[in-house]
Amino acid sequence: MRAVGGPDVAVGDVLLSVENVSLSFGGVKAVSDVSFDIRKGEIRAIIGPNGAGKTSMLNVINGFYQPQKGRITFKGQTRAKMRPHDAAYGGIARTFQNVALFRGMTALDNIMAGRTLKMHANFFWQLLRYGPALREEVEHREHVEEIIDFLKIQEIRRVPVGRLPYGLQKRVELGRALAMEPELLLLDEPMAGMNLEEKEDMSRFVLDVNDHYGTTIALIEHDMGVVMDLSDRVVVLDHGNKIADGTPDEVKRNQAVIDAYLGVAH
Amino acid sequence: MDLLYKIFVDPFLQMGTAPDLLVQTLWEGLVAGVLYSLIALGFVLIFKASGVFNFAQGIMVVFAALTLVGLHEHGVPAYLALALTIAVMFCLAFAVERLILRPLVNQPDIILFMATFGLTYFLIGFGELISGGETKIMIANQLGLPRGAIDLKMAGGFVSIQKIDIAAAIIASLMVAGLAIFFQRTRIGRALRAVADSHRAALSVGISLEQIWVIVWFAAGLVALTTGIMWGARSDVSFALDVIALKALPVLILGGLTSIPGAIVGGLIIGVGEKLGEFYWGPLMGSGIESWFAYVIALIFLLFRPQGLFGERIIERI
Repeated sequence: MRAVGGPDVAVGDVLLSVENVSLSFGGVKAVSDVSFDIRKGEIRAIIGPNGAGKTSMLNVINGFYQPQKGRITFKGQTRAKMRPHDAAYGGIARTFQNVALFRGMTALDNIMAGRTLKMHANFFWQLLRYGPALREEVEHREHVEEIIDFLKIQEIRRVPVGRLPYGLQKRVELGRALAMEPELLLLDEPMAGMNLEEKEDMSRFVLDVNDHYGTTIALIEHDMGVVMDLSDRVVVLDHGNKIADGTPDEVKRNQAVIDAYLGVAH
Repeated sequence: MDLLYKIFVDPFLQMGTAPDLLVQTLWEGLVAGVLYSLIALGFVLIFKASGVFNFAQGIMVVFAALTLVGLHEHGVPAYLALALTIAVMFCLAFAVERLILRPLVNQPDIILFMATFGLTYFLIGFGELISGGETKIMIANQLGLPRGAIDLKMAGGFVSIQKIDIAAAIIASLMVAGLAIFFQRTRIGRALRAVADSHRAALSVGISLEQIWVIVWFAAGLVALTTGIMWGARSDVSFALDVIALKALPVLILGGLTSIPGAIVGGLIIGVGEKLGEFYWGPLMGSGIESWFAYVIALIFLLFRPQGLFGERIIERI
């Protein structure tokens, strides 16, 4: 359950739903016949043991993987599969399990790269870096500076991200996703590999993003404490199948979930 | 003893006694180096953005030069011919993306590398079909490039400098500076670097790989055109030009495959090293060492610094 006070954002209509999605690689079934939805303004967690198909599910949602069966409805538009460009264009941003930043670029440039789709000056102005191209740079830079302030990473903006510690890289990656002004933010294990303090910071940022920008968030996480504190609703996958779906309390008491996590005597 | 003296002492004595010759040799080395740098730059651009080692870069130089000269021969005014050649290079970039890169996406690097071999032979055949196999003269004057030489009095003698070489150095520097600003400070430049760093992250922020590939091949095409004009103005335009593309390989080994500054510095080192080697040490072996000296330098680098001067250090996680 969310911390005292409950969710500040009114949870509303369905923003995205996946129906009967199946995905396999050759003979290996990664996801079989999974359906769930994500509502506007909520924090939705996807959990499950290793190999449950969580990341595959995220990759289906943002179009990296294309499911063999099923439908995805996003903002009222139904399709058999997403394409990465459509997802980004439609307002789905994401972060990655093992941080996929542009390592040679500075934190600032990484976050600016998140503005790519919002910038429109054409190739020839950009070659000259003059006129509309320059105006646009300044305008978007302001927005990016706001995000940098929000994430409290002012002092590292000129550092190439490859040199930053892991915790800060994760924060820059979140910044890049936020720069897209997403409607749906997918976070793939945002706290993985962090120490307790970093986890607390990151949890606060996730809640703040949800409150401050009203962004709908779907996150994968292993740390049960974090999941139970942050999320409004939880969907549980095991071996590619959905085994539970509900509020953190309901899921915690679900026998199938307990079995999946602790193992069951045969 | 005599041989050691000739290798380790005599050349330096010569440099000391005739500094004007040394300056002349250094200058010629730098000018050749600038052109090597430009070719290497074409390789680096494409390799960074698409991970493809483009074997066809050398032939793109010839193809661009031939197109330009060929159009002019058909009565097109020089500057219009230049504009049309730029358009042709854009079409080439577009076709490469559509017909080669897109169908072969996610294939192993070696497949893409082989595909660029195919592109090389296609361009040779296509170029010969259109413009014939004979050697042509670059239309340097018509494009407003200077001719002749100036003699500078320095270092106790005269150093003769071709005006076209000065122009080449200036144009190359401008081009590199322009590319640097474009890469560092604009949206498309950032997107190019983003694609070079991580394909999936670039996709996740909505960067279109296809568009980036067209732009980067076009940029490499422009670099090839510039190189073709400059090189053509110094000698002439023929398919023999593509052997200079092989000179880009030692430059790349020296500079690292992913570094633009590396390509530039590497080119200059190879150019100067080659000319100094030829002039001072060449006579020991009956001359002609210019054609292989660059590879020796590259070999030495491979032994001690396999990632090159500026290349990214390869660290494998175990």
